[in-house]
Amino acid sequence: MKDLYQGQRAMRQMRRQAMQRGVIAVLDIGTSKIACLVLQFDGPSQFRETDGVGPMAGQSNFRVIGTATTRSRGMRYGEIETMAETERAIRTVIQSAQKVAGVRVDHVIACISGARPASYGLAGEIPLPAGKVGEGDVARVLAACEVPDFGRGREVLHAQPVNFALDGRSGLSDPRDQSGNRLACDMHVLTIDGDAASNLVHCIRRCDMELAGVASASYASGLAALVEDEQELGAACVDLGGGTTGVSIFIKKHMIFADAVRFGGELITQDIAKGLRVSHAVAERLKTLHGGLEATGRDDREMIELGGETGDWDTDRRAVSRADLIGIMRPRVEEILENVAGILDAAGFDSMPSRQIVLTGGGSQIPGLDVLAARMLGQNVRIGRPLRIQGLPHNATAPGFSSAIGLSLLTAHPQDEWWDFDMPAEHYPARSLRRAYRWFRNNW
Amino acid sequence: MQGLNFHRGQGDGGRPAPVRHVPSRPAPSQQPRPVRKDPAPSRLAYRLNRMMLRPLVRRLVHVGLPAFLAALVAGIWLSDDTRRANLTGGIDAIVDKVQHRDEFMVRMMTIEGASPVVDKGLRAMLPVDLPASSFDLDLEKLRERVLKLDAVEAVDLRIKPGGVLSAVVTERVPAVLWRHARGIELLDKTGHRVASVTAREVRGDLPIISGEGADRAAAEALALIDAAGPVLPRLRGLERMGERRWDVVLDRGQRIKLPENGALQALERAIAIDRAQHMLDRDIAVVDLRQQQRPVVRLGLEAQNAIRRARGQPELGPDGKPIAVETTEQKSANGKKKSG
Repeated sequence: MKDLYQGQRAMRQMRRQAMQRGVIAVLDIGTSKIACLVLQFDGPSQFRETDGVGPMAGQSNFRVIGTATTRSRGMRYGEIETMAETERAIRTVIQSAQKVAGVRVDHVIACISGARPASYGLAGEIPLPAGKVGEGDVARVLAACEVPDFGRGREVLHAQPVNFALDGRSGLSDPRDQSGNRLACDMHVLTIDGDAASNLVHCIRRCDMELAGVASASYASGLAALVEDEQELGAACVDLGGGTTGVSIFIKKHMIFADAVRFGGELITQDIAKGLRVSHAVAERLKTLHGGLEATGRDDREMIELGGETGDWDTDRRAVSRADLIGIMRPRVEEILENVAGILDAAGFDSMPSRQIVLTGGGSQIPGLDVLAARMLGQNVRIGRPLRIQGLPHNATAPGFSSAIGLSLLTAHPQDEWWDFDMPAEHYPARSLRRAYRWFRNNW
Repeated sequence: MQGLNFHRGQGDGGRPAPVRHVPSRPAPSQQPRPVRKDPAPSRLAYRLNRMMLRPLVRRLVHVGLPAFLAALVAGIWLSDDTRRANLTGGIDAIVDKVQHRDEFMVRMMTIEGASPVVDKGLRAMLPVDLPASSFDLDLEKLRERVLKLDAVEAVDLRIKPGGVLSAVVTERVPAVLWRHARGIELLDKTGHRVASVTAREVRGDLPIISGEGADRAAAEALALIDAAGPVLPRLRGLERMGERRWDVVLDRGQRIKLPENGALQALERAIAIDRAQHMLDRDIAVVDLRQQQRPVVRLGLEAQNAIRRARGQPELGPDGKPIAVETTEQKSANGKKKSG
């Protein structure tokens, strides 16, 4: 845990440096596309009070000065499969984003969508001898959380204090300076595969960039796609990506659960390619242009030219009806949504007060998905587009960019993590020695 | 999936395959399809691109390098003497060609309001021979030189369209003659020298003043001469005494000494006394008005001798000393002899 603590603190330090420089890049490495946004931080005084621009969820103090997207390479299920290919794709996207922005970017914050995330809820409790919560007590209670066995090779990606309780009074977001005898906390920890994470870090290092933070893609897309009320009252965000489908559950503006299904839009494309015996590119075009989930009688008559470049006339001149295409896509989407429903059940989503489900990501653009999802997941389903942020070009406002946009929001307003608090003194012998030395120097 | 079922000629045993001539089959294309270039930049290109985005490097490459190259090329090219001479010669030729265009040439000079002497002097002062380019004529300098001529009060020089250098000259008008140790000069009313003359008779119509520093007080002198009025016919001239006050010199050796301040009033007073008592008609050598409260009069020699005779004193000679009796007798004897 200590290595992780130091590593995460180093990344926070890097993030602070990037803020001082004012330019930071946000990199969303997905299975089907890699998006890069270059953010410029102008400080809080960009708008006056009289302009009528409030905090607006914190996105008013930065703007996007460069955007680039490229097709992802060497990625599978949200994990890096071929390092060199992925590195080339990252180089492409960073270079074109720099070209758009016109500035050199040295710090990057990335998000990782796959790597088998696992969510844990930890609880800790400490007595308060002072009868009052001091600065160090928050760190102590976080350190006192019982850490389960995460398994071999797991890395902690997020460790966020979700809730504090003081002598039976629960639901405190900031217990400092309050009186009480026992302080308890709930912490949400998200772990991912350590190898996948180190692959990502290595890829970014190879591109001469400094990593200033890593976040989970499903968490980031939840930040962008859920409106503030949904985050407060409880909602689940389903990010239908290319290789994975991320699920994150929010309540009281904290993420309390995140997971990912290793199914995504690429699988639908594969099904189309296999079922219609067409190339991958043709299948992708069919999916995006003619895809759907709810067949009607009219779709039987709507014939779609398959096209192709095999050179065989008969093969290239085939046509299928749209109903056939829907017949291929629908079972796969149903399977994905069944898995999502399984995850939501396992997370205890049924017991949440408001069971709002927001679908986002590139896959949410399939026509008829909201009807199907409402039938399978529950009545409160909507398709969510990401929040608008300043300077974002129109073509980057699609649902497929919600994790990149959420990551920029997270960059502007980072969530408190466990490593943002000073480590308690007993875990830190060097510091206690230093304190003893200072005491001697001051008193003798 | 009806679109996928493309089994043609199903049933009844099938047809024989069509005869296909081998040469009619399209030959496989000779050139392989071009391999699509990897859109990703190479590591080197990526690093160079990022280096170029550094502000310092960017400025160096975009500004510093071209400037250095330009300076280098220019320096190498100019390091040869012949090229340098050619360059300066070429530039000079172009400048010369433009300056000597017909539109800029000055062909003649017109002078207005100048006497022949000044006209001649002005033409001689022109630094270049006409026709000349107007770029070679420095009118301001020429004007300063012309104004150094004493006879010229103001000159207006301009180049008119059609290549005419026009000079409008205002000459000084002589108002008074000034006689001093080195000769006689003509002065205008401000006391500025106009010209020298050889004799008084050249300008007999002008009054004459004399004495050191008289030119600096010429305006006062002219005012005094204007005020002289009734004594003007008798006025010989004005003399500056000690560079501070005026003496009015009349014929018969009479002299009116005026004070330093209020000379005009003093002269008017003397004229008033003269008008009332015919002072100047009498035998009076000097009227001294230097003290305002008390005019002093010095009698002439005849008048003094008349008084001395009446008193029985010896008479005074022209040198102002009493003459001995014998000499008086001798003199009177001589006079008798002559008359006799």
